[in-house]
Amino acid sequence: MTERITKSMAKNIYYGGGTFALLIFIALTFDTVHQIPKRSNQQNMTESVVAGKKLWEKNDCVGCHTIVGEGAYYAPELMNVFQRRGASDETTFKAYMQGWMAAQPLSTPNRRKMPQFHLTPAEVDNLSDFLIWTSKINANEWPPTIEG
Amino acid sequence: MKYTSQAVAKPYFIFALILLAGEIIFGLLMGIQYIWGDFLFPLIPFNVLRMVHTNLLIVLLLFGFMGATYYLVPEETETELWSPKLAMITFWVFVVAGVLTILGYLFVPYAQLTELTFNNLLPTMGREFLEQPLPTKVGIVLVVLSYLLNVTMTVIKGRKTVITTVLLTGLLGLAVFFLFAFYVPDNLIMDKFFWWFTVHLWVEATWELILGAILAFVLIKVTGVDREHIDKWLYLIIAMTMVSGILGTGHHFFYMGAPEYWLWIGSISSAVEPLPFLLMILFAFTMSRERKIKHDNEMALTWAKGTAVMGFLGAGVWGFFHTLAPVNMYTHGTQLTAAHGHLSFYGAYVMIIFTMISYAMPILRGRPHGNCAKAQKVELVSFWMMNIGMLGLTLALSAAGVVQIMDQRVGTHLIGFMESQESINGIYMVRAAFGVLVFTGLLTYFYSFFVKEPAKA
Repeated sequence: MTERITKSMAKNIYYGGGTFALLIFIALTFDTVHQIPKRSNQQNMTESVVAGKKLWEKNDCVGCHTIVGEGAYYAPELMNVFQRRGASDETTFKAYMQGWMAAQPLSTPNRRKMPQFHLTPAEVDNLSDFLIWTSKINANEWPPTIEG
Repeated sequence: MKYTSQAVAKPYFIFALILLAGEIIFGLLMGIQYIWGDFLFPLIPFNVLRMVHTNLLIVLLLFGFMGATYYLVPEETETELWSPKLAMITFWVFVVAGVLTILGYLFVPYAQLTELTFNNLLPTMGREFLEQPLPTKVGIVLVVLSYLLNVTMTVIKGRKTVITTVLLTGLLGLAVFFLFAFYVPDNLIMDKFFWWFTVHLWVEATWELILGAILAFVLIKVTGVDREHIDKWLYLIIAMTMVSGILGTGHHFFYMGAPEYWLWIGSISSAVEPLPFLLMILFAFTMSRERKIKHDNEMALTWAKGTAVMGFLGAGVWGFFHTLAPVNMYTHGTQLTAAHGHLSFYGAYVMIIFTMISYAMPILRGRPHGNCAKAQKVELVSFWMMNIGMLGLTLALSAAGVVQIMDQRVGTHLIGFMESQESINGIYMVRAAFGVLVFTGLLTYFYSFFVKEPAKA
């Protein structure tokens, strides 16, 4: 197959094809950036949600958990933890989170451990708000089940 | 060694190998913590082990690429490096920054580290693979700029070849796409979207150019095949890389909040992504068959062929397993991703660095014909130990992924994450055992450097 292709043909495919792919990618990037606010309900991104995201990063939560399917695979997916542990009810979920975060690390021998992060109750609420907001993002029907 | 300035590559290679040992040790520690959750807790929580493991990988690959570049650019351009002194200063700056960062991860709680390193001024931390504190990220930019300057100036004053052009394009891309590491929007989805500009466009586009250039260089040297012929192959490989890899970024945008059209664009483009790796296999084996010379350093060619095969398996085959959107619906965020990640980083990138070291290091140590037969035999044993270890580890992680999907995502009787993980414990033990094999292979590889050359007759 490669005998019929010359060096200059290969070079042209590289420059031409590469440029073409890059241009499409840039165009789609603009469109995606335009669509993300709507798909993620950016209007509901309160100060508390943003504060929750900062806490998420500051404590490197993604180093164990996944969120929207990305991260480490050592601990559960948290995009739908609001549905799973809070039955999609904000009050229930927030109460659950306060108890859960305070109880860490659990003493069950050899269970994977979550560290104690010493967050204030207000900070735990921020984190809950962030997770509630995340649970409502349109991720094309993902995750497939409530178990994440 | 044709040019004295090529010697700057040596410390880069040695340090890359030291970091690789560290990376694997931390991988083993994680493997044990996966099985026994109390292991090292609370001394080193999992997230810290993981950021040391992944960050060491990224940094060791950068050291390896730099070493490879400093070795091959003078020979390609037929001139001394623009500034060997700058290359050495860059080396030490990067070593100090790298070591301090790792010590910071290990000895300072992460939340405190964010405060100590001005993360509140420009928050960039706490994202997968980009956990580095702001000063380290700025340091990486400076190191890469100095490296790029040195290589560019050398290329300008010397002979221009296809290999140097492709290499420079790759390096430029590496530098440009790292800048997205500094852009962290408040909207998680927007944040994730641009995060992939660094992560995907590094490993599935620009780094592949660097990989292709290094592979082409080593093949020219050890097979003596005509450069025109090699250039054509290189262009073909990187053409397929660019055509598939750039829009292939879309396979990360299926289920993270980006629009539906990525399901199609991502699936179609990334179905083509194995092609450049398949071409790499054809490239390495065809050049080997058509070789004009028989270089005494046979291990260099073995590593080159190994890179092509393992890169194809890890990046091509294991990538393809879960790259189609309907499949990815079930595999997204499972151990299958980890399986693919391990084999592709090892097969494509760690192995190209072994290839270069295997070719260049004997020359840098005054052995133009390669190491002695006994040392090469030891190296060959280590080659198989590491390859089998990585394949075994990948198969174990893939099995873990499949069980996880069956447990949590398919069928009527679903169980939760923690319960499912417990049921996978036996597989994680197999994984850890293969990890030990990889590490033993690496130690064997290190030993090959110390095999004494027979006295000259």
